[in-house]
Amino acid sequence: MAAKKVADPADLVKFRELQQLAYAAAQSVAQTLEPGVTERQAARRLREYLIERGVQDWFHTPFAWFGDRTAFRGFRTPLQFFPTARKLAENMPFILDCAPVRDGYMADIGYAGCLGTNRIFDQLMADLAEYRKLIVARVNEGVPLQQIYRDVDALISQQGYDNRHRVYPGRVIGHQIGKVHSRLPKSIAVGFGIRSLQTLVGDLIVERMHHRSPLWADGAISDHPATPGLWAVEPHIGFRDVGVKFEEILVVTSSGSACWLDDDLPHVRRWQRTAAA
Amino acid sequence: MARDVVSTDGVRLRVHESGPHGAPTVVCIHGYPDDHTLWDGVATELAPRYQVVSYDVRGAGESGKPRGRQAYRLDQLAQDLVAVIDAVSPDRPVHLMAHDWGAVQVWHALTGPWLADRVCSYTSISGPCLDHAGHWFRARLRRPTPRALRELISQLVSSWYVTFFQLPLLPELAWRTGLAQHALALADGVTTPAVTDAVNGVQLYRANMFPRLAKPSPRRTDIPVQVLAPQRDPFVSRSLQTDIRRWVSNLAVRELPGGHWLPRTHPSTVARCASELIDHTEGGPEARGLRRARRTGRQRKRFDDTLVVITGAGSGIGRATALEFAEQGAEVVATDIDQQSVERTAQLASTLGPTASAYLLDVSDGGAVEKFATLLREEHGIPDIVVNNAGIGVAGPFFDTTVAEWERLIDVNLWGVIHGCRVLGGLLVEGGAGGTIVNIASAAAYLPSRALPAYSTTKAAVLSLSQCLRGELAGAGVGVVAICPGFVHTNIASTTRFVGRDAAQERATRQRATDLYRRRNFTARRAAQEILRAVERNSAIAPITVEAKVGLLAARLTPGLLRALARANVAL
Repeated sequence: MAAKKVADPADLVKFRELQQLAYAAAQSVAQTLEPGVTERQAARRLREYLIERGVQDWFHTPFAWFGDRTAFRGFRTPLQFFPTARKLAENMPFILDCAPVRDGYMADIGYAGCLGTNRIFDQLMADLAEYRKLIVARVNEGVPLQQIYRDVDALISQQGYDNRHRVYPGRVIGHQIGKVHSRLPKSIAVGFGIRSLQTLVGDLIVERMHHRSPLWADGAISDHPATPGLWAVEPHIGFRDVGVKFEEILVVTSSGSACWLDDDLPHVRRWQRTAAA
Repeated sequence: MARDVVSTDGVRLRVHESGPHGAPTVVCIHGYPDDHTLWDGVATELAPRYQVVSYDVRGAGESGKPRGRQAYRLDQLAQDLVAVIDAVSPDRPVHLMAHDWGAVQVWHALTGPWLADRVCSYTSISGPCLDHAGHWFRARLRRPTPRALRELISQLVSSWYVTFFQLPLLPELAWRTGLAQHALALADGVTTPAVTDAVNGVQLYRANMFPRLAKPSPRRTDIPVQVLAPQRDPFVSRSLQTDIRRWVSNLAVRELPGGHWLPRTHPSTVARCASELIDHTEGGPEARGLRRARRTGRQRKRFDDTLVVITGAGSGIGRATALEFAEQGAEVVATDIDQQSVERTAQLASTLGPTASAYLLDVSDGGAVEKFATLLREEHGIPDIVVNNAGIGVAGPFFDTTVAEWERLIDVNLWGVIHGCRVLGGLLVEGGAGGTIVNIASAAAYLPSRALPAYSTTKAAVLSLSQCLRGELAGAGVGVVAICPGFVHTNIASTTRFVGRDAAQERATRQRATDLYRRRNFTARRAAQEILRAVERNSAIAPITVEAKVGLLAARLTPGLLRALARANVAL
């Protein structure tokens, strides 16, 4: 997870497989969502799908947000991220977010969808494509992460939306991920797997000594180019009562060049379809 | 062209016609004390497109003047109307427009057995159906809530002359001695009537008021009706004219700036309103103003069927205001000096509401604003709300501000608002249906500071202009609202010109200012929501954030303290 642990090609294959599985889980659960289903039910379906397929632990437990909760409206405390009894209704947007750990590999994905049709959702999803292009391009240019965060903010404001990732703890748009090595028992503390937390806290300490952070936000600690390794990047934009995001792994090599781990993802295919149409 | 039509009881009615034959016919009926010349201005406006018919009601002008009260009963007046319609348009139903007692007659005829299939639409001005009025009085007596009593008393006070006209001889005496003329001359748009006409017309009151008000019957109509209710009518209250939804299945109500004699004082507004209803009932599309006036049918949003023009709508408060109006149902015309960003605003607005459009406009260019206004009128019609939002920022010491920077600032912040009020606001006044001009000033307009001498100067001017204009346009029913936002998180800080610093210093200052605004975290959307509220309340001056509100209070209570604070060197 830290700079010393740049994933080798065999590891990347494993990370990609798990990310594919996580997105498959989100898509498969999304198809089962019907009016009246609650966030808790959706999150449970995600968990069951992944456990059936060999997932042993979590970076964080699965989240599901419905309606204006996709844009984190009225969020005051982190506890509000947890799934609630909010029911899905026709033409309502939703986001499924899960971070499974399997055999020490980790994925962290976000999938935005909508039951029925919603003009605002469609517009937001179309515009979300810009962020995927912008982020990888700016990381490749070696621009400090703090500046990229501000560039993303500028794009958000230009598009007329709100920055919603600033609601995440630490205002993060992304965080490093890596292989989990721990002898701690598998258990969950306030939604986060404690093994993953252990790794993250370790990284926080190590990186802090290098005046860097495994968390990517707009503070001065992020005023450095991307550290080599894997970053889960999650731009989250909102307009009125709708929020959309994607979350996927960005691979940064030791030379500082960057690319997305995988392009065969639901949101990318959606953009390819609309571009072709 | 004039001709005589003879009514059922042999009374001769003088009928005037103008406009092309074959066009839809509009029959106009005047009230008391008037004659057909009341409609001259309106007829001139309508004649190019419609066959306009007006006649002297019995007892007035060149028509017969029967003696005795019975000849002036509403049933007989309805027969007069039928006789005229039969003469001028025997094969095709007509549109009616009537004022005052004319409107009373038409209501009676329309809700009775006389005009089935002979009328397509009716525009009523300042004249209720007497039976509806009877029910209106009864309803308020039956449930004397404070509001009902207030309406009742105010209507009784303005109807004092109705009682007076019931007295024997005195009304005639008042007319013949010239007393009544003196009293009437106080009203807006009145002409002195011929004494004999005025005396004859008193019979209208004596023959009809008591029987109809005392025993009102339920009188309904399914014909499309629009009521034009003047906002300052000293004789007929708005509620009396407009609280009639239970009787009229297809009703539109427009409250218009002006007094009782709208057809004389505002002929083009009356003509436009009438033609919108006529064209729609003849199968044309329904004009925006008419849609907004609908009182029957679907649930409405706060700004449905309202046309809003916003300058500087490409970002910040301008964009947020455009989106907020769109979300509340308004049709938005967004303008900005930046084509791409304003198109983006229009795109977002149309995901929230009805159609929105974008125009490139430099508000500091008076000629460009004029051209835009012409285009706006042709493409979208006359706006209801104009938001003069476009503005730029210049900060820094007075002696470091160059003449060029001053000129640019004044061009945009002050001339932009002047042109907006002059040209776009001018459309509101010309439209005659009222509306609101919103000028975005600033809390800096009343909070002096050595950090913002130039900006504050322009914004103080905008505030002052807004307040003067508010006084001037009150009579036209156009409200002028000055908005003083305070620290609202927009890109103003990152685009402000900080004078007296080199490029790097300026960049750093902008970043610090942006961070400050971000930490304050008062969003443009919240500001926009306050702006919509200020429009609804027609506030003279609307400070938005807490600092703007406290500042305004301090400016009024302790200006000395603010002057002392103005010396503080705000380190940014």
